[in-house]
Amino acid sequence: MNTALLPLLIAVPLTGAALSVLLRAHPRVTGTILLTVSALVLVAGAALLAGTLQHGPAAHGVGLWPGGIAIPLVVDPFSALLMTVTALLVLFAAVFAVALRDTRHPLFAALVLVLLAGVQGVLLTGDLFNLYVFLELILMPSYALLALLGARRDFRATRLLVVVNVFASLVLLLGVALVYGTAGTVHLGELSGRAQEDPAVAVAGAVVLIALGFKASVVPMHGWLAQTYPFTSPSVAALFSVLHTKVAVYAIYRIYAVVYSGAAAYLGLILVLMVVTMVVGSLAALAASTMRGVLSWQVVSHIGYILLGVGLFGPLGLAAGIFYLVHNMVVKGALFLSAGAIEDGYDTGRLDRLGGLVRTETLVAGAFVAAGLSLSGLPPFSGFAGKLLLVDAAVDAGQPVVAGAVVGVSVVTLLAMMRIWNAVFWGRTRDRPQVVQHRPMRARTRVRLGTALPAVGLALVSLALGLGAQGLITVSMTAAEHLLDPTRYVEVLGNG
Amino acid sequence: MTVAIAVGVLVAAGIYLLLERGVVRPVLGLTLISHAVNLVLVSAGGIDRRGEPLLGQGIDQDQMADPLPHAFVLTAIVIFFGITIYLLTLTITGPVGRVLAEERGDDTGSADAEWGPEPQVTGEADEARTDQPTSGRWRLGATEEE
Repeated sequence: MNTALLPLLIAVPLTGAALSVLLRAHPRVTGTILLTVSALVLVAGAALLAGTLQHGPAAHGVGLWPGGIAIPLVVDPFSALLMTVTALLVLFAAVFAVALRDTRHPLFAALVLVLLAGVQGVLLTGDLFNLYVFLELILMPSYALLALLGARRDFRATRLLVVVNVFASLVLLLGVALVYGTAGTVHLGELSGRAQEDPAVAVAGAVVLIALGFKASVVPMHGWLAQTYPFTSPSVAALFSVLHTKVAVYAIYRIYAVVYSGAAAYLGLILVLMVVTMVVGSLAALAASTMRGVLSWQVVSHIGYILLGVGLFGPLGLAAGIFYLVHNMVVKGALFLSAGAIEDGYDTGRLDRLGGLVRTETLVAGAFVAAGLSLSGLPPFSGFAGKLLLVDAAVDAGQPVVAGAVVGVSVVTLLAMMRIWNAVFWGRTRDRPQVVQHRPMRARTRVRLGTALPAVGLALVSLALGLGAQGLITVSMTAAEHLLDPTRYVEVLGNG
Repeated sequence: MTVAIAVGVLVAAGIYLLLERGVVRPVLGLTLISHAVNLVLVSAGGIDRRGEPLLGQGIDQDQMADPLPHAFVLTAIVIFFGITIYLLTLTITGPVGRVLAEERGDDTGSADAEWGPEPQVTGEADEARTDQPTSGRWRLGATEEE
């Protein structure tokens, strides 16, 4: 594997973004660039995943500077897996955005490509300061997307998201500064295990983890998410929900595994926080009154599930967490895209204004029910395997309460999904409160086929991951091994 | 000690402004916090050593400043400069899309209308939100009207 090609994963999307800005007068061209580049990254991610599964982690020092001076880029099975999944989701969201005609906005494609570059950067970087820089690279286009496409009537959502995220970034930078002050380096290879040797580094690292907790919306830093995501454009909400929080989750996994070496002293605290996150998010979802409101609270709830993997640090716990992360990204994408398709067709996402859509919108209803059941953890979808692994890991770690919480919260999740199902798809057809002028009223289906298909595609991916769970479990196990014993990771990172 | 006090004062003032209502004050608050963080970054490399970090120039290595935090701070300043400009632009113009639409005159504007109104989240928030001015402009002196 030629590691000198690693920087291309960041450079190609950025070049695509530059091209899209130049060609912004031609929406079809920029849409094509967006789709092509995300497909390219998807292929590259899959190739890297195959390569790292076979040969272990690989690293590259940008510009061939010696190790320790160069900007280190490193890939291991965990990051390669996420690269593949993020690129897949960007691809689906891009198809959705093309169908929704969001790409007609002159800068949409360029901004999404910068976002994609930032995500790949976070997954590749082997250095805390570059982690900060790449997280900013994710956030800047997000702010712009939010202002361009979302929050038309309500700028509070934009303001809240921007202020919270800028504040979290500053806390992250503070943490990086403290890590540098205590450990004398921000290179992940050199930081390996330092938090366990030196309590000062552990405290400094905790500041970084708290900042990432803000971005991942872990309780008690969760309030902003459900107040902003429902106000963006549907395609942007889908992008944000599968990329933003999940990238922060990745960084938490990485830092806890490498810098803390999975220190057992803090695992109890993490477990308590995550169980509270699961419970708070799922209960709040029962009170929301729009489709995307419910789904946004479910994002919070499932961040708790995913990070249980860190709390149950061990071969089984990490593998369960990684599996759940992949499953959750796919399913959340499917749910947000199907909710977006409904909103596009009916101009509202309010539960009390929709009803009986199962008769006309069979395709979206099918995608939604599949993804909803998967989110709640019912077989044969991927959620079942994910939750089973988590329960297994919790019992294995001697945490019966956590295992109980996993099962209990999934019942509440099912309840939230049934609320949407009953209100939107079941029951009688409501009188149309708002007339959409540009589409005929008597059309049998109001959801455009192109907006429904991405959700169906992702629901099928979830079904495939559920039926063929063994494949992903094997990959997650290998990824977990490299997290559990980062010697190889640190070694290649040091050699750069 | 001086740096610690300066950081403390900056953070305290920044948090105070951040919690204020309105739009400009939180931006100023974030700016102050970013200054505090930059100070921490600089001091992370040690503030007592201030020699030029040039090898082979006869400078005492014990007196050399650590160049890495300086590079960090430069990067952080540039990034936050960009964010500040974005925040202030948002403060003055409201949504960027609307401005672009006005500049372009037509296309994007009508597309905006087609994208339609945003969904409301919760009943309680609905009432508060519908009271909001829909002029598409964040007021500079938002405290008075809130």
